[in-house]
Amino acid sequence: MLPFIRSVLALLVLTATVPAHAALKVLATTSDWGVLASELGGDRVNVYVATSALQDVHRVEAKPSLVARARTADLVIATGAELEIGWLPVLVQESGNPRIQPGRPGYFEAAAQLNLLEVPSRLDRSLGDIHSQGNPHVQLDPHNIAAVAKALTARLATLDAGNAPYYVQRGSDFDSRWQQAIGRWESRAAPLRGIPVVVIHRDQAYLCHWLGMQEVAAIEPKPGVPPSAGYLGQLVTKLSTAPPRMILRNSYNDAKAVNWLSERIHAPVVLLPFSVGGTAEAKDLFGLFDDTLNRLLTVEP
Amino acid sequence: MTLFKPFGALLVLSGAVLPVVGEAADDAAALRAELQALNSDYTARLATLEARITQLESGASSAATLSVANAAVPSATSGPGPGSPAARSSAAAFNPAISLIFAGNYANVSEDPESWQIAGFIPSGSEVGPGERSFNLGESELAIGASVDPYFSANLIAAITGEDEIEVEEAYFRTLALPRGFTAKGGRFFSSFGYLNEVHAHAWDFVDQPLAYQAFFGNQLAQDGVQLKWLAPTDLYIELGAETGNGQAFPGTRLGRNGMNGATAFAHFGGDVGDSTSWRAGASWLDQRAEERTYEDVDDLGAPVLNAFTGKSRTWVIDATLKWAPSGNVARQQLKVQGEYMRREETGDLTFDVEGLALSDAYRSEQSGWYLQSVYQFRPRWRVGLRYDALDSGSPEIGLVGSGALPPEAFPALVPADPDRVTLMLDWNPSEFSRLRAQYAWDGARDAQDRDRQFMLQYLFGIGAHGAHKF
Repeated sequence: MLPFIRSVLALLVLTATVPAHAALKVLATTSDWGVLASELGGDRVNVYVATSALQDVHRVEAKPSLVARARTADLVIATGAELEIGWLPVLVQESGNPRIQPGRPGYFEAAAQLNLLEVPSRLDRSLGDIHSQGNPHVQLDPHNIAAVAKALTARLATLDAGNAPYYVQRGSDFDSRWQQAIGRWESRAAPLRGIPVVVIHRDQAYLCHWLGMQEVAAIEPKPGVPPSAGYLGQLVTKLSTAPPRMILRNSYNDAKAVNWLSERIHAPVVLLPFSVGGTAEAKDLFGLFDDTLNRLLTVEP
Repeated sequence: MTLFKPFGALLVLSGAVLPVVGEAADDAAALRAELQALNSDYTARLATLEARITQLESGASSAATLSVANAAVPSATSGPGPGSPAARSSAAAFNPAISLIFAGNYANVSEDPESWQIAGFIPSGSEVGPGERSFNLGESELAIGASVDPYFSANLIAAITGEDEIEVEEAYFRTLALPRGFTAKGGRFFSSFGYLNEVHAHAWDFVDQPLAYQAFFGNQLAQDGVQLKWLAPTDLYIELGAETGNGQAFPGTRLGRNGMNGATAFAHFGGDVGDSTSWRAGASWLDQRAEERTYEDVDDLGAPVLNAFTGKSRTWVIDATLKWAPSGNVARQQLKVQGEYMRREETGDLTFDVEGLALSDAYRSEQSGWYLQSVYQFRPRWRVGLRYDALDSGSPEIGLVGSGALPPEAFPALVPADPDRVTLMLDWNPSEFSRLRAQYAWDGARDAQDRDRQFMLQYLFGIGAHGAHKF
């Protein structure tokens, strides 16, 4: 009898419109995790995104508006790997909200679901802004998105057990669309395999790893350290003999050094969205990868 | 760092308890199979989840249920990933987060620092003012903090001074698990009134505090006590709080009796205007009692005397801060405008020459001060700042002078004055962990004919745990 009642209840939950106050409140640190939460949670989640694609997510401040959102959040979705270390711990601490304390189900880190690239073998700040757990800019490999989506689906179902079938359904729907898209992207991106590229920060590592592009140089001599004139000079000498096919730039990066280098080594600058909202075309996660590939393939058709 | 330790433990737990969820990320077929299994097995799973949620909700106060809650957290990795703290298994893995700040300066001032005082204000007895000439080692600030257990965290911030002393700036516990937006704090801590009081010296935008903070609180007010804060569940940031303690910090004194001395209440509000602008504003009230609060002065014959105030001290503080950065990207450009106004009323008795004549009569003063400052990061790593400070001592009503017992010249520190100061600052921040600063001030704190022209160079370096980007 009990299982029957349960199925009926689950059905009722599925079909009935959920009142606004019942929606799970999600605070996502970046637009990517925000749209992913919406993909998986549909109308059962109420998502607030703490930053925009035009911001350097590491350098955000614990603004009053964010503390207020942390107060009411049922779930915090962070990148992790110390990307938000300057401000998220402050939000969580100031929020007076026990649900989102690290270790509780209401605290979710994407990086904790993944094997990270570039885990430093030596931790020393003379090496620049390195992260002890590895490179945190994980969103530009769609396989990472799939793994995070899987774990996030399970987390949503744990937090909001009444709507668990709804999340599982949406999770499986998203995954099948996502796997199809990955297949499409990977066949489109075949010409990009092996091409040499120059990056600014080490934030394209997952994109390059996924597409097999070769990062031959970074404009920052060390992560987070701006280039000196001398270093840029060396870079020009080095890259003039073997010029890269393109220089990758994110929407929040400063254009100056990139354009300077581009003129001297005759390699085009490709502006990439980096995160959902980074370009007008990158409206959601599918758009993020469609647009990234469109832009890369205009140079390397 | 502390953030990731519980998470590492959780990974181990979840890896052990829920291996069902852990599969290779790129294995589409496995994922489909797993989802089908999830669907078919759904009723049982729902029951398990419900049971866990019920346990979680009803028994958050027991450590046993908390470990159940952790175990319920699924993870897509089958074990701790590379570099995960869970991969380590030594006692040191639970070490707290430690950071150390190094500070120092070079000072060139036109007037003798020994003669520095804030005219018209009873001295706080704290180390305020421009400090000494030439090279000075500042306070090396050691911060150690971690979660104690699921319910509390604890922090120590100690200053090792250039004079070879160790001062406990803050040492407090804080709650992690109070419901409904409440947070309690206890121990020694910087009071949360106003804006700048809670900010540690290494995070100040200028070498020194505004004159108002120096005159009214001897730089910063920290006392041994308790604090309760409540954050409203609204999109507008509304924080209400109250504190009480032993009152030992200026303008209070420690009382020779049981119970607490005084109360502090504060309200802070904040939010965003569009993508580029954020603000915070607040009002605070401090009510304290001073008993035999002594200060040094010289009498009308030029002999040193020790005077003392006993009575009530009540202070209002209003603060407002506005920050602007194009698209909210503070990494490139940022403008910060901040100001505070404070007003204090003290009523009670003033004793002249407590160790000699010990004449005593009524005393009343109403004093105010404010500052307005702006810091502009005009390009990455470079910031320029301008600050204006002003104080108004008012005309204190001194009973001993009114009655004719003593001439006004017997209280040189209380001669009405309106000191002010203009400060310019430029700093260069090679990374998030280092700052080199130059500052020039036209300091009229003495309210004398000649302003003190103060030039300072300062360094600030941080090592260890990553600092917080507070608003």
